Amino acid sequence: MGPDDLDLQCLGVSKSFGSVKAVQDISLDIASGSFFSILGPSGCGKTTLMRMIAGFEEPSAGDIRIKGRSVLEVPPNRRNVKMVFQHLALFPMMNVYENIAYGLRCQRMGKEEIRRKVHDVLDRIALPDVAGREIHQLSGGQKQRIAIARCMVLDPDVLLLDEPLGALDLKLREAMKIELKLLQHQFNTTFVYITHDQSEALVMSDRVAVMNNGRFEQVGAPQELYHRPATAFVAGFVGDSNRWSGRVQSVDGAALEVATEGGLPVKCTAANDGTLAKGDRVELFVRPEFISIDRGSQTSGLSGIVDSLLFNGANSRALVRTDSEELVEADITLTGGTDDIRPGERVSLTWAPENALCFAAAGKAA
Amino acid sequence: MNRRDARRLALILLFMPFALWIALLILLPHIGMGVLSLREKVGPRQYEFGFGNYIDFAQEPIYWNTLLRTGSMSLLVTALALIIGFPIAYYIAKIAGRRSRGALFLLCLVPLWVSDLIRAYGWILLLRETGIISGALQYVGLVSQPVEMLYNDAAVIVGLVYTVMLFMIVPLTSTLDGMDDAMIEAGYNLGGNGFTVLRRIIIPYAMPGIVSGCIIVFMLTAGSYLTPVLLGGKNSSWFTETIYEQFITRYNWEAGAAFGFLLLAFTSLVVWLGLRLSGQSLTSTVARS
Amino acid sequence: MRRQTQIFLIGYRAYLIAFFIFLAAPLFAASMFAFNDSMFPALPWRGFTLDWFFNDTEPKLGMFYDQRLLRGLYYSFVIACWVSALSVFVGTCNAFLFVRSEFPAKNFFYIMMIVPLVIPGVILGISILVLASTIANGADDRYGIELGFLRPGLLLVVLGQFSFITTITSLVITARMRKFDVAMEEAAYNLGASRLRVLLTVTLPFLRPAMIAAGIVAFLVSFENFNTTLFLVGSEAPLTITMFDRMAKVGSTPVLNAVSLFLMIASGLLALVTVLVQRDRSTG
Repeated sequence: MGPDDLDLQCLGVSKSFGSVKAVQDISLDIASGSFFSILGPSGCGKTTLMRMIAGFEEPSAGDIRIKGRSVLEVPPNRRNVKMVFQHLALFPMMNVYENIAYGLRCQRMGKEEIRRKVHDVLDRIALPDVAGREIHQLSGGQKQRIAIARCMVLDPDVLLLDEPLGALDLKLREAMKIELKLLQHQFNTTFVYITHDQSEALVMSDRVAVMNNGRFEQVGAPQELYHRPATAFVAGFVGDSNRWSGRVQSVDGAALEVATEGGLPVKCTAANDGTLAKGDRVELFVRPEFISIDRGSQTSGLSGIVDSLLFNGANSRALVRTDSEELVEADITLTGGTDDIRPGERVSLTWAPENALCFAAAGKAA
Repeated sequence: MNRRDARRLALILLFMPFALWIALLILLPHIGMGVLSLREKVGPRQYEFGFGNYIDFAQEPIYWNTLLRTGSMSLLVTALALIIGFPIAYYIAKIAGRRSRGALFLLCLVPLWVSDLIRAYGWILLLRETGIISGALQYVGLVSQPVEMLYNDAAVIVGLVYTVMLFMIVPLTSTLDGMDDAMIEAGYNLGGNGFTVLRRIIIPYAMPGIVSGCIIVFMLTAGSYLTPVLLGGKNSSWFTETIYEQFITRYNWEAGAAFGFLLLAFTSLVVWLGLRLSGQSLTSTVARS
Repeated sequence: MRRQTQIFLIGYRAYLIAFFIFLAAPLFAASMFAFNDSMFPALPWRGFTLDWFFNDTEPKLGMFYDQRLLRGLYYSFVIACWVSALSVFVGTCNAFLFVRSEFPAKNFFYIMMIVPLVIPGVILGISILVLASTIANGADDRYGIELGFLRPGLLLVVLGQFSFITTITSLVITARMRKFDVAMEEAAYNLGASRLRVLLTVTLPFLRPAMIAAGIVAFLVSFENFNTTLFLVGSEAPLTITMFDRMAKVGSTPVLNAVSLFLMIASGLLALVTVLVQRDRSTG
């Protein structure tokens, strides 16, 4: 993949505010026409990174390239990178048409051409009749689409989206996820999407970068992040996991045996084919869906007592209190029939060692 | 020119109007007035530096009596405005229905759009010998001949309270309006009676509005000129009249400047004390509205 | 208990009505005598007339034919226009300065901005008079230059009123500015607008309702101002000064009531405009 296919590149970008290092040495390549997400908790530096790409902040070090050309000297109003703001920042004193035409008017385009382009983009976002409406007359989802249309009408190289779904209610947010993905396909423009919501990132993205403390922890396809997390942070942040701290008891290649702090012996696998030695402190992750739950005690695996059931349709969980007083979450199927597991029953929990991932505990991490 | 320089330049340009305004129209004039007040006239066009103007003030009881009278009457007017205005503000903010609230508030504002002069003029027409109240009293038969109600302290106080009332009601209403009704209900719910709820919940909450209203009202009253002159007549002896007399009638600017400074110092002292005692600051009160 | 509450409410309402009668009484008195067919604004009532507005001969010269009053009205208008234009301009600059900029001792300067509002108007008047005269006298004594514009007159009146009205406009516009979402400017900038275009198409339109309201308030306050103006006025006396002179020296005729009523109606209409502008704000 040559630089011509890359819409956006960051090369060793850093940003400090006084002594605070908001972004540290970030590099990324984003291929043309892809949906790229930056996922991280609030305060991890993702918004700063995005503001640097848009030009509102200057990097302290590093280079940002769009279509292979450095844009550090280009002011934000000349960069062909458009941005959808967190609260959308639609102009309340203008109607929908004027909002969308704003960027075109800045380019001194002819009236007729502006009219054609605005109506064209309104058709594409499936809101052909709202041109004359005022912003406050629109629904939340409509505002969202107008904010995207306002950028897309300018045919940007990259569209940045800063948690635009944050203000919507849950139902609408679910619908907008799909809608955004479809819009991205339709416009075939590179989307860079910032979010702290892992489900948004996983559902929509071609690739996701997980960011923490100003650095990228891992960059990869959603499946990769989920199943082969590179660090303990990624394992804990993406998807749900049971998490224990423990110490390595024995090592056999990648297969380990770990004793948790509560005294559970667990068979597991070192992540990233990493090398861990006996006695190392580790963090251990097991996803609830990889734990199978059976009635009665069995010789292998853990046993415990069902503390409570968290019914949520197909995503129901059981909370099991192990004999060493630790709570474990495991997915179960609740059919409503008589043979469902009930609270208070004694059960055993088993999982395959390759589904239990071990990371060297923080402080010893490379 | 890089971005930082541009930003600095923009800040300086933005600061210029503010700096010119405050420096040329507020600071320098007051310094000039202070310097002038420290000049003593020793002969025609001959001046000496000294505190003579202030000493004159201290030695002449008429002057400082006038200042004290102005101050105490201003305090009285402030207290009256607060006592009369508070129930009105409370009614508008908390008791009136949604629709009548705005209308009542606007009604309160109406006199604000009429100049001091016309308001005072209205009171003259009401209170004087041939005025409406005197006429009405005769018509009803309570008095047998015209009564003069103008040119006394009561008329001055009524006129002043009237003039400043709005500046009390507006800040009071806006603070009370921001208060959650649930707080009052919680007060009653927790066993308070009307009086304790008023004293423990409503008044502390409205404090910034009360202080803000009192400061503005006091300054306006102490600095007013029209109302005392028109309603109090020749003998109203308001301190601003003394200043006017020194400046315009006697052309003794040095003494006038000293008196002006004294009035400023006196009112600032009262405002400062008020802020101190109520634990508020200028930004939390006056700047809110 | 309920009965007691009801009596209390009735008493409360009666108090409210008494208060509004108190508010309305002098205004009513001032306007009523504008229509009295008498030489004095006093009882007894001698019948209805519009002479005090429209009669063109002495002694009952109507306000629209009274040259001195009309000139006062004109000067008041000119002064108020200048004051509101200047104070809205500086107030807008101050809103940008105190909401959008960071600089040392910002809080101190913010307090400095409020201070003019709590200085008695009389003192603002004399202090500006003293400074202007000192400079003018100095120029005259040392260099023999006569700086006429620093003598009492229109310029000093405008400056004197401007000095405290700017605090009012600054507070009004600053309050609006605090509600402005900076992301809106960034969005416009991001869409390709120049700095100037962002200011003209996004920020100033957002501030416009507050600027109009502040301008009207400044206009009215300037029109009504007496205390500061009194010391700075030259030969071009604005309306309030002209009216005061008549009231205090000449003795009043109902023509003053006619002017009062005229002013009440005019400023009422302006106030209505402010209310409408503010209402527009809620949709914005």
